[in-house]
Amino acid sequence: MSGQILAVDRLSMRFGGIVAVNELSFEAERRKITALIGPNGAGKTTVFNCITGFYKPTSGAIHLTHEDGSAFALERLNDFRISKQAKVARTFQNIRLFPGMTALENLMVAQHNALMRASGLTFLGLIGASSWRQAEQRAIDLATVWLKRVGLIDRADDAAGNLPYGDQRRLEIARAMCTEPALLCLDEPAAGLNARESGALSELLLSIRSEHGTSILLIEHDMSVVMEISDHVVVMDYGVKIAEGTPQQVRDDPKVIAAYLGADEQEARAMMETGS
Amino acid sequence: MDYFAQQLINGLVLGSIYGLIAIGYTMVYGIVGMINFAHGDIFMIGGFIAMISFLVLISFGLTAVPVILLVMLLVSMAITALYGWTVERIAYRPLRHSFRLAPMLSAIGMSFILSNFAQVAQGARVKPIPPIITGGHTLHEGATGFNVQLSNIQIVVVVTTMVLLALFTWLVSRTRLGRDMRACEQDQTMAALLGVDVDRTISFTFVIGAALAAVAGMMYLLYYGLVDFFMGFVAGIKAFTAAVLGGIGSLPGAMLGGLAIGLIETFWSAYFSVEYKDVAAFSILIVVLIFLPTGLLGRPEVEKV
Amino acid sequence: MLDTKPAFILKKASLSALVALVLFSLMIGLRTEAGPEGKLIYWTRFGDLATIVAIVFGGSIVIELLRQWIGPVGAAALVPAWLQKLMDFVGRWLGPALLGFAILVPVIFYDQRYILDLAILVLTYVMLGWGLNVVVGLAGLLDLGYVAFYAVGAYSYALLATTFGLSFWICLPLAGILAAFWGVLLGFPVLRLRGDYLAIVTLAFGEIIRLVLINWQDFTGGPNGISGIPRPSFFGIPLTADEDGFAARFGLEFSPTHRVVFLFYVILAMALLTNWVTIRLRRLPIGRAWEALREDEVACRALGINITATKLTAFATGAMFGGFAGAFFATRQGFISPESFTFQESALVLAIVVLGGMGSQLGVALAAVAMIGGFELFRGLDQYRMLVFGFAMVLLMIWRPRGLVGHRAPTVFLKQSRAISSDLVKEGHG
Repeated sequence: MSGQILAVDRLSMRFGGIVAVNELSFEAERRKITALIGPNGAGKTTVFNCITGFYKPTSGAIHLTHEDGSAFALERLNDFRISKQAKVARTFQNIRLFPGMTALENLMVAQHNALMRASGLTFLGLIGASSWRQAEQRAIDLATVWLKRVGLIDRADDAAGNLPYGDQRRLEIARAMCTEPALLCLDEPAAGLNARESGALSELLLSIRSEHGTSILLIEHDMSVVMEISDHVVVMDYGVKIAEGTPQQVRDDPKVIAAYLGADEQEARAMMETGS
Repeated sequence: MDYFAQQLINGLVLGSIYGLIAIGYTMVYGIVGMINFAHGDIFMIGGFIAMISFLVLISFGLTAVPVILLVMLLVSMAITALYGWTVERIAYRPLRHSFRLAPMLSAIGMSFILSNFAQVAQGARVKPIPPIITGGHTLHEGATGFNVQLSNIQIVVVVTTMVLLALFTWLVSRTRLGRDMRACEQDQTMAALLGVDVDRTISFTFVIGAALAAVAGMMYLLYYGLVDFFMGFVAGIKAFTAAVLGGIGSLPGAMLGGLAIGLIETFWSAYFSVEYKDVAAFSILIVVLIFLPTGLLGRPEVEKV
Repeated sequence: MLDTKPAFILKKASLSALVALVLFSLMIGLRTEAGPEGKLIYWTRFGDLATIVAIVFGGSIVIELLRQWIGPVGAAALVPAWLQKLMDFVGRWLGPALLGFAILVPVIFYDQRYILDLAILVLTYVMLGWGLNVVVGLAGLLDLGYVAFYAVGAYSYALLATTFGLSFWICLPLAGILAAFWGVLLGFPVLRLRGDYLAIVTLAFGEIIRLVLINWQDFTGGPNGISGIPRPSFFGIPLTADEDGFAARFGLEFSPTHRVVFLFYVILAMALLTNWVTIRLRRLPIGRAWEALREDEVACRALGINITATKLTAFATGAMFGGFAGAFFATRQGFISPESFTFQESALVLAIVVLGGMGSQLGVALAAVAMIGGFELFRGLDQYRMLVFGFAMVLLMIWRPRGLVGHRAPTVFLKQSRAISSDLVKEGHG
């Protein structure tokens, strides 16, 4: 079954008097890459924080539907349940790894809930039951798979805080994938990467979508990445949606150009016409 | 009603003393982000120095009470301020950019040093002094024979607190040094780039905090008529409780928290039980923090994700 | 650039001496005491004052010279490579060697009651340190009231044993469970608190417990405490000189040392159990979640980890070990009173954990040996002892802010376990 995995319905978020997100509605298709773009301060990360439960939205609804039909009202779930039950994983704009733990340990922590069950809420693990040891080995295997996928298998036993920046970004994605999410939310995964690294990132994201069937929601500033991999693009400015469509449609939309250039719509239209 | 009014007065006086100590905690926390565990003992040292200078002045044959008080105040503020400066210099400065727990343990160590230094240097026994400020006013004569009293010493404590509070608020909000302090509070690196001498400003913060603690120590001496080497610990915890209750980092909050703790303690002793007054103060701290995790006047922490 | 001119050093030393003169002028120069009629009198001690000022003057010259000799690079550069290698080698075998030594202590020092008592004391603190390490070192939650759980354990055993006549081996788990329960009770309100707010609330909690113990006379015996707490039996056989006592049953000549040796092995076993459980827990999801919590709470939430449950289990586990240690303390002493459970104890245990190097089991054990052993060395100094202890705490923190063992061992590895420098390891916000 295809259809939509995420439906954001008239979402608003206010901080005091400031309206960060205003009546925003959009949808994300299953097994597709949806990009959320917009100038700095448009409210993209706030939307992410509402979806992943770090903020409670002022009003509006966020529906998540799994392939088996089970539905979740994310605006009402506790933050950790959003990852545990609704299977939404995320990464952070300014990387949040566990710097004093190894890359492998980071991926083991991500499998906490599955391992917690397998360890019989610790008691089976404490007595070293064989069922626990098998579960632990499976967790290590899954972590190994992801370390290979992101090209960090040789650095598995190095502290995450010691990895170079680009590696940390990929490790964070691998960690999110180890929670086996239905929806993966990436907050500027290409920020700070060079051209070669962001090319590799695009490939990684495409393979996550096609091989794992994970739907991806992504905030990104790097237009080359957005244009290359997105199936659908939602453009925000000042907390509202100003456009959406395929990358091509969005690219040619004067409102979008105006938002990015800070010009008004008329000027943008004029610029486009003279330019093309 | 009369009994209530009397307790209100007593509570405000006690609260003023806590507030003075709490300001030192809050200022240091604001600027270096650490609990200065030795601050309660600085207060105790202030009380000791006031006590010793009182004895010396008396033995010189001085009898004019205002002069005695003024000299006591100045001497104890000056010497205690130097204690504050030295403590920062020895125990905190080397750890300024270290991990969070190291300065805290260093501070706990410093607290042990100061209280045991006082014990070794001046003996473990309580030091009583004769009342210096006597007399008072009867505000209201109750029908049942209970009178509401306002003693002169209570007036002195509250007035001194108010005056010094006003003075230091002015110092922090209007002078160059105060501006430097607030700059360091916001961003030490940036302040240093803009030509603020961070080391000096931090030293200055400790000096002011210690001077105010010395005032509190002297007021304690005058009000209760005694000092002992162990008084810093309990008073220190309560004053820190006051600072947290008021919202740590906020000067008016520290004073407010001090008054709150003083009142809670006094009323609890008066109406419930003396034995459990500290339990009451600490329990209320816990309850307040559950509902207002950053204290009464503290800025709520916005979580950045 | 360092100024090496003697004039500079002299100037600095004179300044220090001047500061010392002002600081100590009244506090040391004059001595006050209540006179015969209760009035305070004072006398001068200018000789002592002069000595102290001279010591400060000389001391600051020495420190300044040392600082210039070592140079701005710091002490680390002084350690040659071969010494570092030797230290690494010693480090690897230190744990097993210490364990072997600990097991042999009663054999080696059988006739030296003092050393046996001291060893029991050290092991009690090793156990307390390992217990608090779960909360502070692993989960990164600052607990300044740990002694409260020690007290809960001690009083639980004392009251259960004296009121219901239950034996030590039945009370021990009960004391642990009760302490864990109190740990959860404390954990709930402080879940939302961070950093110094958490510190002050745990401190307040410790004080509340102590004050209640002092004032609730009917239940706890108040300041007089509880005496006549039953001593432990050798699994049902009393360690007495009676006919059915331990010595008689095993055909030995009765000696009071039997009990001391037995107590030693009991606390050694309890401490080792604590260590084993902690090491085990670190490799389980719950232990990893504790460490992850210390590293980054926000990331934990994003990974679906229930922060509330994780924090509460850390508090409960730490408290449980504290409770066990408390029950042991009660049975060893035979008498307990609130005096044994002051803030100083909490500070001491916290100092052991931090000095050990947060999260390191071996470091905590070494720190406990150093702190308690050192503390005993200065017993002769009497009232100067706490003064020395305070100075030791300050100097040790300045010398090694991250503790004796400055690295973290990974809990799982693919090819090779590589120690992680403590510079990378966070210490938590809580």
